[in-house]
Amino acid sequence: MSGSANHQFRKAKSLIASLLCSVAALLVIAPLGLIFFYLLRSGLSSLNVAFFTNLPRPVGEPGGGMANAIVGSGELLALASLIGVPVGVLGGVYLAEYGTARVNALLRFVADVLNGVPSIIWGVVVYGLIVLPFKSFSAYAGSLALGFMMIPLIMRTTEEVLLLVPGGYREAALALGISRWKTIVHIVMKTASKGIVTGVLLALARIAGETAPLLFTAFGNRFWNRSLAEPIAALPLQIFTYAISPYDDWHRQAWAGALLLVAMIFLINLLVRFLTRGRAARVA
Amino acid sequence: MATAAVPTSVLQLRPASRFGDRAFEWLTFAMSLGVVVLVILVGWQLARGSHLAITKFGFHFLATSTWDPVAEQYGALPFIYGTVVSSLLALIIAVPLSIATAIYLTELAPLWIRQPLASGIEMLAAIPSVILGLWGIFVMIPWLRAHAFPALKAALGWTPFFTGPIYGVSMLAGGIIIAIMILPIITSVAREIMRSVPNLQREAAYALGATKWEVTRIAVLSYAKNGLFGAAILGLGRALGETMAVTMVIGNTPQIKASLFAPGYTLASVIANEFTEATTDMYLQALFEIGLVLFGITILANLLAQLLLKTMTRKMTTRVAQ
Amino acid sequence: MIETLPAMQTTRVRTVDFMQPLTDQPQPDAPAFGVKNLSMWYGAKEAIKNVTIDVPAKRVTAIIGPSGCGKSTFLRCLNRMHELVPRTRVEGEVLFAGQNLYSPDVDPAMIRRRIGMVFQKSNPFPTMSIAENVLVGLKLNGVRDRNLLNERLEKSLRMAALWSEVKDDLRKPGISLSGGQQQRLCIARAIAIEPEVLLMDEPASALDPIATMKIEELITELKANYTIVIVTHNMQQASRCSDFTAFFYMGALIEFANTAKIFSNPTRRQTEDYITGRFG
Ligand SMILES: Nc1ncnc2c1ncn2[C@@H]1O[C@H](COP(=O)(O)OP(=O)(O)OP(=O)(O)O)[C@@H](O)[C@H]1O
Ligand SMILES: [Mg+2]
Repeated sequence: MSGSANHQFRKAKSLIASLLCSVAALLVIAPLGLIFFYLLRSGLSSLNVAFFTNLPRPVGEPGGGMANAIVGSGELLALASLIGVPVGVLGGVYLAEYGTARVNALLRFVADVLNGVPSIIWGVVVYGLIVLPFKSFSAYAGSLALGFMMIPLIMRTTEEVLLLVPGGYREAALALGISRWKTIVHIVMKTASKGIVTGVLLALARIAGETAPLLFTAFGNRFWNRSLAEPIAALPLQIFTYAISPYDDWHRQAWAGALLLVAMIFLINLLVRFLTRGRAARVA
Repeated sequence: MATAAVPTSVLQLRPASRFGDRAFEWLTFAMSLGVVVLVILVGWQLARGSHLAITKFGFHFLATSTWDPVAEQYGALPFIYGTVVSSLLALIIAVPLSIATAIYLTELAPLWIRQPLASGIEMLAAIPSVILGLWGIFVMIPWLRAHAFPALKAALGWTPFFTGPIYGVSMLAGGIIIAIMILPIITSVAREIMRSVPNLQREAAYALGATKWEVTRIAVLSYAKNGLFGAAILGLGRALGETMAVTMVIGNTPQIKASLFAPGYTLASVIANEFTEATTDMYLQALFEIGLVLFGITILANLLAQLLLKTMTRKMTTRVAQ
Repeated sequence: MIETLPAMQTTRVRTVDFMQPLTDQPQPDAPAFGVKNLSMWYGAKEAIKNVTIDVPAKRVTAIIGPSGCGKSTFLRCLNRMHELVPRTRVEGEVLFAGQNLYSPDVDPAMIRRRIGMVFQKSNPFPTMSIAENVLVGLKLNGVRDRNLLNERLEKSLRMAALWSEVKDDLRKPGISLSGGQQQRLCIARAIAIEPEVLLMDEPASALDPIATMKIEELITELKANYTIVIVTHNMQQASRCSDFTAFFYMGALIEFANTAKIFSNPTRRQTEDYITGRFG
């Protein structure tokens, strides 16, 4: 009898634990729902043509848009890719195709350390490296900070996807008398191209919303950027500036900008899903 | 010995120049060294930017709590305090929730829920810090100020942690927002670890007649302990360096108060807020030194986390091999 | 065949003459490969032990022997593919077209253009069409001439007995073909660069009997133009489509002779045991 009671007690305990875990899961996912809800509620109504086509109005004046910030973000990401993609991809190629176990362990370790560096630190570093010597905030500085952040991300994903390419393809190519580097570029990297693109997209999605590294590199700009050596507006920067401002109209626009930014990031992630699905199908 | 005659071929049979191979290997090697260069660059810039402050203030910089740029007084203690306290608060909130969620995802949830839930958590991870901060300012803070904090004060006002005026922006708000930011990473690492626990372990526990929870506790949790600790420390590393969202809700006041309702300031926030205002050289130097401190502690946290996770995976592979 | 091996290993492995290759090797006009005292190590493990053999040109030479005896390793030593495995070492020499393959001024890429290879598992490049697969060796080795490429495409596919099956689908991905077709595509890819030698490592072991037959017919046709060295586990295959057969055991060449002789009247006990084990 007492054995059965004990069993009942243990079962009840198990049930309660299960319940608590599901409540925890609900709590973890709740912020996502809440953020989405408010993004749509406050953001959607403020997305209009002016938002996409106009420059910001002078302080406190209602109206205007984020056209320059949207374009600026695009420029910054493109410039950052110019640095991050070649260095990251080729570095990943070295790890996957050439490096010895010991060198690779060291390089991976360093890359992981870099991935843990707070993004604001990149702003400080580039400030010292570019802004101070050239005495100006600039699009160059901002994209350099973002590009630095991309390097270790892309390097690791590139390495991973290259290692997934079966060795048989390398052998087949080398057996045709194709040189090693052409084998890597035309056979191995081509086979893994979707995976490499996926890695690049993920890195872009990661840095697209970065604000801290831009605060004192790109700095922001109320007008169109006319030279990459001058300060440039960026969507996350503009959201930040507007969010902490005292003006209702700016708050409204901050929500609209946030909605746009999140939509862009999720679009990239969706694209990644699509690409990886294709790859999984091909491997199988 | 005579060998067969060679037919002519369209392919040039002269030795292909090995230049391409050498050049490509060197190129990729140089690029992979990029990460090493970056680490050195970070260390060098931070050290160079702060060496005047380091020599001038020495250890006092870390141990004094007056931050008064006008009077040229720079003590980083309130920022260190704010960073540590807000991060610990975040861990206290996030670790149990994340681990419970990971348990739910790997052990308890119906199969059809697992993938969507995991995707949702991934989506949460993709939300930029600045947007979480925006949401914090306009949704979370008003709610905390109107409902949660007064209730907390009524229930726990007798402790020193929940006293004083309620502004909304506060150390606690900072902790909560950081917790939201690190929930996804801890959850997904914890989930990976639990998934890598061999099923044999679970089956053995079930065979002894254990309930679902007992199986989880005995077979999974005790087994994955180190790894889960590593996941938490990884979360700590992220928490320490979190910038935008915290800056927007913590109140940005350099003070050391026991009450979690009081505004605070973090290392990352002071850099974010004051860097462009740093008019004097020494002010900038002090901010660079703050960056150096932040870099140092996040690196330490990340190294510790990697160490823990590595030993975890090593344990896994040896056990599986047996 | 495998079932008889343990007995063989325990009873006859340690005969004195075991390591010494036979001297009554066939002597065709001009060998494609002159292999002299070839030994090869994976780290500390000696996988090929002092092998001397003249591989006849424009003939099919089969390499047989129990699993793990070094057949693939030997084959890979013939076009320096063994170098892709880290920490390998060779001693001895392989003369090819009057030159030692291992001499330091020989470019392995150049060697592999002249000595093609077909692998056990067919491996068309997954991102390329049938046509691109056939032509990739030429293109990446610098051949640009459109006419020549088109001509080679058809010729190689015809030689690989694949043309009639794929001539309307040349743009389709190579991996959309059946297993047997994929293997013939790989053969077409290998012969598109017009090598002098084709090394084949169990090219039909993953195929069904009909596809296997097609590959065997193909080999018989190809030997008019190519020196072929084929590794096989299938005794009937070796006897059907090879002119000479080499029996390897534990890294050593035990016997090398006319295929007819090997299968009817082998000189060595190990050879006989291995062959009769298969048939008995
Ligand atoms: N990459 C390698 N590293 C170390 N040892 C190897 C490697 N490849 C093969 N060996 C060893 O060398 C010996 C010969 O292997 P090989 O693959 O040449 O045998 P095989 O005759 O082709 O066998 P099978 O019929 O199974 O294909 C084996 O003992 C094997 O264990
Ligand atoms: Mg083999």
